[in-house]
Amino acid sequence: MSDQPLLNVRGVSKFYGSRVGCMDVSFDLWPGEVLAIVGESGSGKTTLLNCLATRLMPTTGCVQYRMRGGNLRDLYQMSDAERRFLMRTDWGFVHQNPADGLRMTVSAGANVGERLMAVGNRHYGNIRTTASDWLERVEIAQDRIDDQPRAFSGGMRQRLQIARNLVTSPRLVFMDEPTGGLDVSVQARLLDLVRGLVSDLGLAVIVVTHDLAVARLLSHRMMVMKGGKVIEQGLTDRVLDDPREPYTQLLVSSILQV
Amino acid sequence: MTALADYNFAYLDEQTKRMIRRAILKAIAIPGYQVPFASREMPMPYGWGTGGVQVTASILGPHDVLKVIDQGADDTTNAVSIRAFFQKVANVAVTTKTSEATIIQTRHRIPEETLGVNQVLVYQVPIPEPLRFLEPRETETRQMHALEEYGLMHVKLYEDIARHGRIATTYAYPVKVAGRYVMDPSPTPKFDNPKMNQSAALQLFGAGREKRIYAVPPYTDVVSLDFEDHPFEVQTFEKPCALCGARHVYLDEVVLDDKGGRMFVCSDTDFCETRREEGHRGEMLGDIKEAAE
Repeated sequence: MSDQPLLNVRGVSKFYGSRVGCMDVSFDLWPGEVLAIVGESGSGKTTLLNCLATRLMPTTGCVQYRMRGGNLRDLYQMSDAERRFLMRTDWGFVHQNPADGLRMTVSAGANVGERLMAVGNRHYGNIRTTASDWLERVEIAQDRIDDQPRAFSGGMRQRLQIARNLVTSPRLVFMDEPTGGLDVSVQARLLDLVRGLVSDLGLAVIVVTHDLAVARLLSHRMMVMKGGKVIEQGLTDRVLDDPREPYTQLLVSSILQV
Repeated sequence: MTALADYNFAYLDEQTKRMIRRAILKAIAIPGYQVPFASREMPMPYGWGTGGVQVTASILGPHDVLKVIDQGADDTTNAVSIRAFFQKVANVAVTTKTSEATIIQTRHRIPEETLGVNQVLVYQVPIPEPLRFLEPRETETRQMHALEEYGLMHVKLYEDIARHGRIATTYAYPVKVAGRYVMDPSPTPKFDNPKMNQSAALQLFGAGREKRIYAVPPYTDVVSLDFEDHPFEVQTFEKPCALCGARHVYLDEVVLDDKGGRMFVCSDTDFCETRREEGHRGEMLGDIKEAAE
């Protein structure tokens, strides 16, 4: 299976009126691969991610996804029902701000259990056990299962959001600046956790970040965006250690050295 | 009586009734689906049953017999004023007897007596959307209904069990109608939910402020949502009705004095009176009669 790509992206462009969101992006993503999209603010990273995750409809282009059955489907030709089903079973989406991806007024257990209930799980005991297991996996104490996320710290919220997305064992997870807004030590722990989960579960991940350290730690491959276009892509180590484009060289050299 | 000439039969004009009847027909055709309709201003405030009154006015004929109940009682303000309203604007016969009525407008109860094929139950609904408190966006809830995404409803029940150890929702308990739409049965106690299932009577729901009509046709499956290990169950009461001695009915608590004295009586006043006429006597009734004599 892994010799066939999970996602084929061809010529995806998004225009906001006459302004460019992202332009003519093409790439393939293989199962178990982590792809980082980096670039400065306004370079079109998040627009591209939203197009891929079908949260936005691109102006042109096509994205094909390999379903569990092995057949390729065009995401933009699917019905709403199929697409939403895919989004809550086979995919995950981790928002930069955990409040966007969590239900802040229901308990942590219910947040993790929501996807299970959405796919028809109707046994309270089983849902709770699964939720409890997942809280443990993301290093949240199990006695916090009945607390609301608003009682959690930023790092815990982000970990809870990750647990909530992974509970249906998705194959593809989108992450939008997952470490944004967290302090450096919490960032490090979160990255460590995500790296462990990704390799354990064999997830394919597309992670958007402006932080090159995140890309270095998590991703196998990366794409550098500027002005809506992909200007350089390749293996992460190659791009970071031997940047070819002048803009990538600028980006790499502007990392603060402590 | 000259003032009556100013009103069309049953207050609403014929075009409005026609519009509401079309909404009702659509609601019956799609059990549990909330049909939008152009709700009119009625001569009573929102929250007093403007939705139910419009539905009743649209289906009312000159030969109908109307019963109006408020929390099961025929003699509370809301019930009395709506009954008086239809006597005035439609000059229809009214009754408090459940068995004699052809149309029963209700606020938050279903009569204890089993309803028959010739009866219509009209509910007054404050908030028709069962998902509203979980998902505030109307566009999103509509899509969730359309795509049958009802996982969120169970999140609410999960929260109940996590917090209280059991499903603590006691009224407006969500139901699934005909295996498709999740519906809010208006704030009736969950005690009444089983009565909706396979009912012989037509059930119509009108929400005036929210401008929605929905329906459960006769003999339709109405299933209360639950978990496999926490099944749906209705309230039970320790004592029978203090006036008529009825068991397995829904009881209201009545505070008698400021020393903790209380009694539990049938919420359905007609049911209670009928039983007393038949000679059933609860524990409080003997005392009251003796004191009066």
